[in-house]
Amino acid sequence: MKNKQIDKQLIKNLAIIVIVFAAIEFLLYGDLLTRQFRSLLIPVCINVILAVSLNLTTGFLGELTLGHAGFMSVGAYTGALVTMNLNLPMIIEFPIALIAGGLVASLFGVIIGVPVLRLRGDYLAIVTLAFGEIIKSIINSLKITNGAMGLSNIELHGNYKNFGYVFFLTVITIFAIKNMVNSRQGRAVCSIRDNYIAAEAVGINVSKFKVMAFVVAAFFAGIAGVIYGHNVGTLKPTTFDYNKSIEILVIVVLGGMGSIKGSVIAAIILTILPEMLRSADEFRMFLYAVVLIAMMIFNSSQIKQRILSSDIFLKLKKTKKEA
Amino acid sequence: MKKVRLVALGLATTLALASLAGCQSKSETDTKQGTDTNTDTSTDSSANAGGETYVIGGIGPLTGDAASYGISVKQGAEIAIKEINDAGGVKVGDKTLQLSLKFEDDQATPDKAVTAYNSLMDSKMDALLGAVTSGSCLAVANLAQEDDILMLTPSGSAQDITKNTNVFRLCFTDPLQGETMAEHMITDLKFKNVAVIYKNSDEYSTGVYEAFAKKVAELGGTITTAEAFADGEDFNTQLTSIKGTDAEAIFAPIYYGDASHIVTQAADLSMTLPFFGSDGWDGILDTVTDKATVEGATFLSPFFSGDKAAADFVTKYNEAYKATPDQFAADGYDGVYVIKAALEKAASTKTADLVKAMTEISVDGLTGEKISFTEDGEPQKAAKFIKIVNGEYTAE
Repeated sequence: MKNKQIDKQLIKNLAIIVIVFAAIEFLLYGDLLTRQFRSLLIPVCINVILAVSLNLTTGFLGELTLGHAGFMSVGAYTGALVTMNLNLPMIIEFPIALIAGGLVASLFGVIIGVPVLRLRGDYLAIVTLAFGEIIKSIINSLKITNGAMGLSNIELHGNYKNFGYVFFLTVITIFAIKNMVNSRQGRAVCSIRDNYIAAEAVGINVSKFKVMAFVVAAFFAGIAGVIYGHNVGTLKPTTFDYNKSIEILVIVVLGGMGSIKGSVIAAIILTILPEMLRSADEFRMFLYAVVLIAMMIFNSSQIKQRILSSDIFLKLKKTKKEA
Repeated sequence: MKKVRLVALGLATTLALASLAGCQSKSETDTKQGTDTNTDTSTDSSANAGGETYVIGGIGPLTGDAASYGISVKQGAEIAIKEINDAGGVKVGDKTLQLSLKFEDDQATPDKAVTAYNSLMDSKMDALLGAVTSGSCLAVANLAQEDDILMLTPSGSAQDITKNTNVFRLCFTDPLQGETMAEHMITDLKFKNVAVIYKNSDEYSTGVYEAFAKKVAELGGTITTAEAFADGEDFNTQLTSIKGTDAEAIFAPIYYGDASHIVTQAADLSMTLPFFGSDGWDGILDTVTDKATVEGATFLSPFFSGDKAAADFVTKYNEAYKATPDQFAADGYDGVYVIKAALEKAASTKTADLVKAMTEISVDGLTGEKISFTEDGEPQKAAKFIKIVNGEYTAE
């Protein structure tokens, strides 16, 4: 009985993914999208990957991390250097770049994860912030990364023409994180968030799971970085500063800590919103900030609660359960 | 049943919203065309065959840390466009075109520049005046080549930008600034020992510094110490270290914000070494608290608002925006006139013809007399040294 339910859920999810993908491909190949929206497809995917992976550490592990852009930059630079130095066809070098970017980023996840094991809460947040800055200044002073000038002319393997790959990677990320959270490991990670002492008391190896969450999150952030580099074609250390980390955190908070679906929706909204406000010129970022405040207030307000508990919504939920 | 209705409602709303969005942009272009035809009829009715509009797209930061640059370029370009349209437009072959500017914000980040570029392509951009910052230029340069569009950056100074044949630049490159300043300090002013303070997290500053250091060594000078900083407002460490050497002058290829902190702190340490700067110093008199601290400082700038030739532009700019134009505004203004000159010379709006015409034109602009362009896309014009004397900018 239970298996059947899971199967049904899986089929439903797959169906949604296929429909979304087909719809976007149709729009893309039919040339029905404006170029502005076409160029937003990849950034949306990148932000989804970043937000979902940050949600693992911030939402499920319950540790505020402010260095996610650092992992992203490590992945971006590794991936870019791989494709710039390998002269292989895209189909071979791009996957190598993705894996290399992810692995190097997760290596940094270990480096950061181990020393912060003893820290929690605010202390950990500050340490991750510092690590993000350290990564930025290392990239800034290395020769291979071309210092402050950054890398340019990175092959555009990750732009809209290869949307299929990027979409596939995004789906994999969502599935991987979702399944991980629902697995034994994921429950252990959540238990650390809910009650650290109790988790330790029942024999959960807190350090191990903490590092694991960091490493997995870093891996996917690295992949997002690789796609970013191969979409824009240039990389500069200043792109991956503290603001970038905050931007990702904002998506996670807006979508709801520990909600993967929320992260996906928030990533889509927050990537497209500033572009929709282009006509406002100088007031664009001001309006964006106002909308952000309004959304945050709405998200934690009674109005939302009331809508969620209103008759229509409850009935909708009921029919969903029955079906 | 309810569910179906809800879904239907949802779909209907999205559809309505989408059509609304469509309407909005359409009516916008309608009104734009409307006003364009209006100006056409008011200025010159005979020359206009259909009143076509040539759309110049602009990309630059209008929000964020670097917003002042983008806004300046945009405003300078707007003045040029208004002047040209008021004078009847641009004569291209047997047609007369009206110019229009569409400027998009990129917050000085490469990824936003790409969406800004694509959004401009949606609004049928014919030529690109931009991007304002180097990183954004690098991100859109290849796209502009793919779409076969003339790209003229008013202020993107990184070396690699003009690699593509369709890309030109109006400002000096970072390395050229460093070399010019090195020649000025070592050859003209006979300094032997120079100290440098630069921002190693900034591509502009690093680019100028590296070329400066190379040229100084070539000319037989010595760099006593090159002090780098990444960010911050406290430069006492760097300044004290410079004070300990036998440097005769300090070269600071940085933006005016950092420069104003540095000169103030140098004065507090009672350092009297003369300062030399790059074009990022333009605007320092407005940010520095005590003008005496920058007395005698010299920097490179393509534009000097006190010039006689610029007087007309300065008045117009002041009337329109209640501000004194800086070099970015002058770059934007000149950029539009360069595109106009290329259009007239080519007598065509085809990019290949325009690119060819770019190397043949010579424009008397605010940022230099007889500006011409090489095939590599680099400008050929003389640099101006500006010295601060009695708390005012004076051309040297």
